[in-house]
Amino acid sequence: MNLTLQIWRQKGPNDKGQMVDYKVNDISEHMSFLEMIDVLNEQLVASGDEPVAFDHDCREGICGMCSMYINGEAHGPDRGITTCQLHMRMFNDGDTITIEPFRAAAFPVIKDLVVDRTAFERIQQAGGFISVNTSGNTQDANALPISKHDADEAMDAATCIGCGACVATCKNSSAMLFVGAKVSQYALLPQGQIEATDRAANMVAQMDLEGFGNCTNTGACEVECPKGISLTNIARLNRELMKAACKS
Amino acid sequence: MNTILKTSIGRKIAMALSAFFLMFFLLMHLTINLLSVFSPDAFNTASHFMGTNPLIQFIMQPILIFGVLFHFVMGFVLELKNRKATAVKYVKNNGAANASWMSRNMIYSGIAILAFIVLHFKQFWMHEINYKYIAHETPNATRYYEELVKVFENPITVAVYVIAFIFLALHLLHGFKSAFQSMGIPAIRKKTFETCGKIYAIGVPAGFIIVALYHYFNQ
Amino acid sequence: MAILDSKVPKGPIKDKWTTYKDKINLVNPANKRNIDIIVVGTGLAGGSAAATLAEQGYNVKAFAYQDSPRRAHSIAAQGGINASKNYMGDGDSDYRLFYDTVKGGDYRSREANVYRLAEVSGNIIDQCVAQGVPFARDYGGLLDNRSFGGVLVSRTFYAKGQTGQQLLLGAYSAMNRQIARGKIQMFNRHEMLDVVVVDGKARGIITRNLITGEIERHSAHAVVIASGGYGNVYYLSTNAMGSNATAAWKVHKKGAFFANPCYTQIHPTCIPRSGDYQSKLTLMSESLRNDGRIWVPKNIEDAKAIQQGKLKPTAIAEENRDYYLERRYPAFGNLVPRDVASRAAKERCDAGYGVNATGEAVYLDFKSAIHRYGKEQALLHGIKNPSEAKIIELGEKIIEEKYGNLFQMYEKIVAENPYKTPMMIYPATHYTMGGIWVDYNLMTTIPGLYAIGEANFSDHGANRLGASALMQGLADGYFVLPNTIGDYLSHEIRTGKIATDSAEFEAAEKAVKERLDFFINNKGTHSVDYFHKKLGQVMWNKVGMSRNEKDLKEAISEIKAIREDFWKNVKVTGKLDDFNQELEKAGRVADFLELGELFALDALNRAESCGGHYREESVVQEGEQKGEALRDDDNYAYVAAWEYQGEPSKATLHKEHLEFKDIELKQRSYK
Repeated sequence: MNLTLQIWRQKGPNDKGQMVDYKVNDISEHMSFLEMIDVLNEQLVASGDEPVAFDHDCREGICGMCSMYINGEAHGPDRGITTCQLHMRMFNDGDTITIEPFRAAAFPVIKDLVVDRTAFERIQQAGGFISVNTSGNTQDANALPISKHDADEAMDAATCIGCGACVATCKNSSAMLFVGAKVSQYALLPQGQIEATDRAANMVAQMDLEGFGNCTNTGACEVECPKGISLTNIARLNRELMKAACKS
Repeated sequence: MNTILKTSIGRKIAMALSAFFLMFFLLMHLTINLLSVFSPDAFNTASHFMGTNPLIQFIMQPILIFGVLFHFVMGFVLELKNRKATAVKYVKNNGAANASWMSRNMIYSGIAILAFIVLHFKQFWMHEINYKYIAHETPNATRYYEELVKVFENPITVAVYVIAFIFLALHLLHGFKSAFQSMGIPAIRKKTFETCGKIYAIGVPAGFIIVALYHYFNQ
Repeated sequence: MAILDSKVPKGPIKDKWTTYKDKINLVNPANKRNIDIIVVGTGLAGGSAAATLAEQGYNVKAFAYQDSPRRAHSIAAQGGINASKNYMGDGDSDYRLFYDTVKGGDYRSREANVYRLAEVSGNIIDQCVAQGVPFARDYGGLLDNRSFGGVLVSRTFYAKGQTGQQLLLGAYSAMNRQIARGKIQMFNRHEMLDVVVVDGKARGIITRNLITGEIERHSAHAVVIASGGYGNVYYLSTNAMGSNATAAWKVHKKGAFFANPCYTQIHPTCIPRSGDYQSKLTLMSESLRNDGRIWVPKNIEDAKAIQQGKLKPTAIAEENRDYYLERRYPAFGNLVPRDVASRAAKERCDAGYGVNATGEAVYLDFKSAIHRYGKEQALLHGIKNPSEAKIIELGEKIIEEKYGNLFQMYEKIVAENPYKTPMMIYPATHYTMGGIWVDYNLMTTIPGLYAIGEANFSDHGANRLGASALMQGLADGYFVLPNTIGDYLSHEIRTGKIATDSAEFEAAEKAVKERLDFFINNKGTHSVDYFHKKLGQVMWNKVGMSRNEKDLKEAISEIKAIREDFWKNVKVTGKLDDFNQELEKAGRVADFLELGELFALDALNRAESCGGHYREESVVQEGEQKGEALRDDDNYAYVAAWEYQGEPSKATLHKEHLEFKDIELKQRSYK
């Protein structure tokens, strides 16, 4: 198929940036979206132009690196996948596809489609852990049974890959789904409950400091999340924060 | 405690609490309004009670005014903060793909409701204040029904009223469940609350609209 | 050979590690504050090492080329992590895990290292649970285990199909705690471009800030390489696009020996290539082979028709299908080890029986498993004389419970419903057992330079068992290195801060800059990927699943030719001092072009078949095992450690002879 691509090009953080049109031809429907971008970049390199910079790594939907806003949606029109898992069979011959970086004030553009998501790092550093040292003599893994239900729910929350699609798609650029998932994972496990309220308070404080917006419960994040992280994690985060407020 | 209330979640919880209060008020208001359809006398009694009881007048009424103001001011504050958080807009954004119109436009349905409330204050509340506390007219326990009927004689008023309540319905369709979500409702109750939300969000504004239309067509 | 001292402690294998730990020198807490350690790579091994070293009090500088440690490719491991907990009570023990690992590695690993790995495996699970890793549990709330990779016990702990992710997030959270405390300085989007050796000791690295292009010097008292494997030398592999061998190759060129580069694992269950544009291959968990049956058409005409898209696999009658693994290996059938399954698939496809347009795919069919489970379920539900449709419905439900996420992933990529049409699979490069040579302390031949995780060669021999990579990465990072490195650093407490203005740093930085300048200024004609693809083709065709002397010799000269062409004609767009992904790739491919040659040289040297390394010349000539891989313990029971001598082909070979005191050497048989 032959396609027109409208891609956000921005030379650096201080450049204004603009949409630029490109044509790619003979794209196979079996290609992944990023392989289609590879084709474009080969074309650009051949003509001596700078290829489009974009983040990607594992190309199997788990590292969370790829981050494109395609035709007005984070990770494109398909559901439950990252950009690298999107395939060209979702598009038709002659289509015009717009490709933009994930947008949020807290995710400044580095170049073209590459954004800086280290705000997520700092949120995690504020409390996204259980304070335990590596010793080799922590108690036996089976010393503390955990109900299967809680373990499974913690696992569901923990599947977050930190791609930032929730922020990108949120009309308020809120990071609540990301933070909610991490807080939930630990709040559901006895090991994490000891620090649970402090964790919630600290991570939320850092989230606000980074300039993410307020959650207005539109639910867009849950729909666009490639791992299907549920909104109930946000509800749990709200509860955890209320607990923190009551305790302090 | 204080610092936590200042977090984005703290603000959101405050928003939800004021919403609960307003939703409770709406339900009460509707109940009284519905009385006007079934029994003018009962409507007059209830209205007179509400209009003269000092507890309602001097405690509940200021709280209500504060609640309304708080909900609006906070709504605007959050909207401004959120606009700052989304400094650069997408060239192409398909918002409808993942969220309802209602949830994405709370600020607009809210503004529409605010405009209506201003009108409503002018029509009913200012009149009441003037009647009771400025003009000091003779208390009359049976005037309410007639006043109500009179207001709904005007087709433009009725039309504005109907449109305003449609916006309220839109606001509530997202607002009801959103308030519960903000309060951290557990997943197992989510469905129930969503159903309740739909019933409330459509039922309550519909009730107000029915009252208005009833009086308009009954004249 | 004095140079290759493995430093394995004396004494019985069961006591070596404990005795060793009791006797090594320690660094007192006040002194640890004055010691800096650089960790390159923050996957399972690097991340866990960085966190643990920081907890102990050292100042850690950690480097990752991605924007976060959480994105390291450890995250892609699906199946699980082995540990000899014996929670299932099925007779597992440290010794059994040790034995299985050595045997699985086809007797080419170092016994003492492997035993230590088995010994600390249980601690890993304890540690991860304490960190909040949500392992799967049973209804009693205890940890669940499954069997994996054809071993006889259930010792694999798992977290859905995302064990690697959860373990990495655990290590990442431990790192975050130390980053917050200032004990780890994290350098995201930084790539190590050289190691700096001062007075014979590793004292720092040169890095490039991938956002600004700035070249930086970082010094430390010890440097740890945890940069993963070199599978991307094949261009197409299941590795991440950015996975590279640059750090490992640079230290090799500065004096660290590179061991067994030819040991590569080709994983049998990957989604096949669909065209020339293919950028990477996706692995599907080996667990699929527990229920799937592998076949190709029996008749070449059918295979041709399928390749041309004229025939559907479901239209081929049972008697016209060749379940070649069941036919060749009746005892193990579809559950033969990875290397055997991969070679068998290649053999059928080379003979023309491949089943997709490229001719490089075989079927993995769940139809009989669906039937089997369906009938069982019907019985359980008390359904008498269930209809065919009902059986299939019930069976598919069970398959969905077991492999739902894998089936969904397959469908997203291939756009075929694997419940109805058999899956297509083909082997792909997955893991490299070879790597930087290390002694028992995980120290390379450069003092103060360590290598851990997939980057070193130590534990898997010639073939890695399923669910052992995660185990090794975390064992090295959490429990081994933090002990062994202290012994070395105890001699460094008086060294003081390492200056970065020495002549060695100067020279290293200059060389790095010159190379980058060359790339940007070279007026070439071909993109970096063009050369990488060419290298990949040679590697796959001549140094792939099946190797012979002639091909290997050709490969060596072909790789050299590609390399020469690369240095003449490579074209790198963009600027030096900017975010420049083409420039990043150029450096990595330049190193692969050298490593590939050493890889082929090592494969040529090892004229035996062992594990993932199969030499067509070394096969059983007659009897029941005819045609199967034949190991040559008399001549090749050694680790081939190569010393760089100015060019890959001139590398000199050092042998570390492997002694097997606790395990008897046997030929593997899966017939």
